[in-house]
Amino acid sequence: MLNYVIKRLIYMIPTLIGMSIIAFTIIQLPPGDYLTSMLASMADSGANIDPGQIQRYREIYGLDAPMYEQYWKWISGILLRGDFGYSFEWNRPVGDLIWERMGSTLGISIASLLFVWAVSLPIGIYSAMRRHSVGDYAFTFLGFIGLAVPNFIMALVLMYFSYKYFGQSVGGLFSPEYAEAPWSWGKFVDLMAHLWIPIVVIGTNGTAALIRILRANLTDELNKPYVITAKAKGLPEYRAVVKYPVRIALNPFVSAIGWVLPELISGVTITAIVLNLPTAGPLLLRALISQDMYLAGSFILLMGVLTLVGMLVSDILLALLDPRIRFN
Amino acid sequence: MQMQAVTTERQSDGAEGDVVLKVENLSLDFRLRTQILHAVRDVSFELQRGKTLCLVGESGSGKSVTARALLHILDKNGAITSGRILLAGKSGDIDIATLTEHSPELLKIRGGRIGLIFQEPMSSLSPVHTIGSQIVEALRLHRRMDKKQARAETIELLRQVEIPNPDKMIDRYTFEFSGGMRQRAMIAMALAADPEILIADEPTTALDVTTQAEILDLIKRLQVSRGMAMLLITHDMGIVAEVADAVAVMRYGRIVEAGSADAIFHDARHPYTQRLLNSTVKLERNQRSDGRADPVLLAHQPVLSVRHLSKLYGASTSWFGGNAHAIKAVDDVSFDLYPGENLGIVGESGSGKTTLGRLILRTVEPTSGQVSYFGRGEPVDVTGLSKRQLKAFHRDVRLVFQDPFASLNPRMTVKEIVGDPLVVSGTMKGAALERRVAELLDLVGLDAMAMERYPHAFSGGQRQRIGIARALALDPKIIIADEATAALDVSIRAQILDLLLEIQQRLDLSFVFISHDISVVRYFCDRVAVMHRGKLVEMGTAEQICTDPQQPYTKSLISAVPNPDPRNKRMMHRTRFTA
Repeated sequence: MLNYVIKRLIYMIPTLIGMSIIAFTIIQLPPGDYLTSMLASMADSGANIDPGQIQRYREIYGLDAPMYEQYWKWISGILLRGDFGYSFEWNRPVGDLIWERMGSTLGISIASLLFVWAVSLPIGIYSAMRRHSVGDYAFTFLGFIGLAVPNFIMALVLMYFSYKYFGQSVGGLFSPEYAEAPWSWGKFVDLMAHLWIPIVVIGTNGTAALIRILRANLTDELNKPYVITAKAKGLPEYRAVVKYPVRIALNPFVSAIGWVLPELISGVTITAIVLNLPTAGPLLLRALISQDMYLAGSFILLMGVLTLVGMLVSDILLALLDPRIRFN
Repeated sequence: MQMQAVTTERQSDGAEGDVVLKVENLSLDFRLRTQILHAVRDVSFELQRGKTLCLVGESGSGKSVTARALLHILDKNGAITSGRILLAGKSGDIDIATLTEHSPELLKIRGGRIGLIFQEPMSSLSPVHTIGSQIVEALRLHRRMDKKQARAETIELLRQVEIPNPDKMIDRYTFEFSGGMRQRAMIAMALAADPEILIADEPTTALDVTTQAEILDLIKRLQVSRGMAMLLITHDMGIVAEVADAVAVMRYGRIVEAGSADAIFHDARHPYTQRLLNSTVKLERNQRSDGRADPVLLAHQPVLSVRHLSKLYGASTSWFGGNAHAIKAVDDVSFDLYPGENLGIVGESGSGKTTLGRLILRTVEPTSGQVSYFGRGEPVDVTGLSKRQLKAFHRDVRLVFQDPFASLNPRMTVKEIVGDPLVVSGTMKGAALERRVAELLDLVGLDAMAMERYPHAFSGGQRQRIGIARALALDPKIIIADEATAALDVSIRAQILDLLLEIQQRLDLSFVFISHDISVVRYFCDRVAVMHRGKLVEMGTAEQICTDPQQPYTKSLISAVPNPDPRNKRMMHRTRFTA
């Protein structure tokens, strides 16, 4: 098992190198650079620009150097000094910006993942065991609504209701009075009152998908002879089902970690903007629009790393869960 | 290698003969989409302490459903419509038929008083739990033991079912066990709570003959020592003759005849029982030796000649070189196949017989050795053929598969399936193709009208006929039949074998008949080659191999085959082979 993990970690190195190159290439692909987009916005606002000044900036930022040199500067900074570069737009080190956002992003991601599991597991089991019952159809209907409704609309609707009926402030993770306040019980309660909307919005999609997957998998497993063995042993139906087929149908749940982690960072950008969440998504979007290359590049790289880590975690969990994987 | 004779004596017990379970007029219905299926109708029998009742029937006769109904395990759409299942108890009889799914009495009976073993030892145990944890669970449910006691008892149970190193095997998973071991573990689990009744639903169908003999031995011994009543469900009359005290024959959900084993085998009244027996006993004789000259003597030139054929698996995957971990699937096999001859290749699972068939066709590349084909006059070295030349060879040497359900594409009509080789080889199309397909269907005893239908409309036996018609489409010289009758019921098995023999006489074919079933090979083949662990251990005429085997392995194999005559039990006095 340890060997396996070490082997996987070693395999990650070339993947990461390739990913960093691709990330850097992607942010270099659009024509122009940060200065051109800055010029454009300055020209829009009617400011005068001195071409010599621009040229000087270019040299200072190193934007006129060939791409491989810029890449080397960036990646060596990350590897040797843990320095992700400097954000032109925010005038701050990229590292600071990212870590600031990462905490809330991870928090919301993990909370959503737990929500997805907590809801889809019992519903999935119920749907599989009582297939074609009224309850099954009701959950299926709700699930499809969850899949079909765009997240941002759901976010808007939920915000409207929370404002109208609970009198909550709209958007963000805190009410204005707590936003800058030190941590206290009141702030925590306030956070929880705000947090449920993004969790539900972000989770609905995944929940609906996982319910369908679990229902399909479990339906197959329920007819397997080992379920009859368990029943013939004298186990009550519910315990027999939870202990044996559910355990085997659980694999997709664990695999979900692999794709949920990066998905939650990049995929929920629109929701995060609508809900005004301090997560990484909107920051990445902004960085891409203004061609703030080090910030955008570091984000893309980080998402790649998270995907790899998510895959690794889910593979390790799968191996722990299923001896057939562990022993082969 | 050593040999020892194994004999199991029957003991008679004082308490033997008490009725422990009585089934009265049981009927089961299943609601299907368009109609109601009466799966079991008006079935009555009784189980006596220390005695074995065999429920015999072909697939679909309702025997498995009956067995499960005794534990009240029914599919969602099934229901007991009438009848009683009376389980004798200290305080009067309990009628299992009236218990509800969630009643505690029923849960106590399941596993506690009635144990169940069934066919697929692989899929009937959970793959993600250790063997031990699954047995411990049964013990804790019924015998209120703490974890430590239960573990000790589990080890004891595993020892009783003769699993070596039980204290280590208890923490292993099912996929680390062989098929026979899994079935032993399954038996240990069924016996955990010391039940009075054991239901064994085709317990040895998925196992090799020698393993089957051992498992049946074991069950018999445990039954005798514990004084259990047993309901054994099987389609194999040989097994019935070996172990049954009483027999009930089922057909279309009804018991058509019931009686003592001796009465059923030697004085069968019902025509269905007679037919079932005939098709079993028929396979005990060699069909080929009667009035037919020895093809080996007639022909000097073989049609196919195999020399020193070997296949190694896993030889090059090891980083540190060497073939230490290589598995010799086929190890230096040589034989000749003569025109018009049926050569049987028998062996247990893992003996390399299927690989051998594939090596001949070169769908699997041999590691070393030579296959020569003489069908077209000039000798052809098959092992040296290019891909294009191989195509021509594959026209002359065709394959018939084991599973008649999986080997026919469900989305193609019979015409497309049978005509496929003709279309692929570009020999025929249009009206000519249709005529040829009709001719082929006629040859295998199917109506030409069947052409436009899809495979799902046919039974297992009919599907196998379609598969044979497809193999015959290109006028082959040799047919390799890999377990071609293994998935079929006994009576249909005999029909298919007769069909193959008849076709052979008309078309001058040679067969390489790969099978694990000795009786089929005995019926069908001129010569038999016995394979064991990749090696060809013995080769001779079918009669000689079956009646006078020379090698110790062959002897143990032949003696493990159940004999369909309760007055002459073979298996209980068999010779055991230990390597």
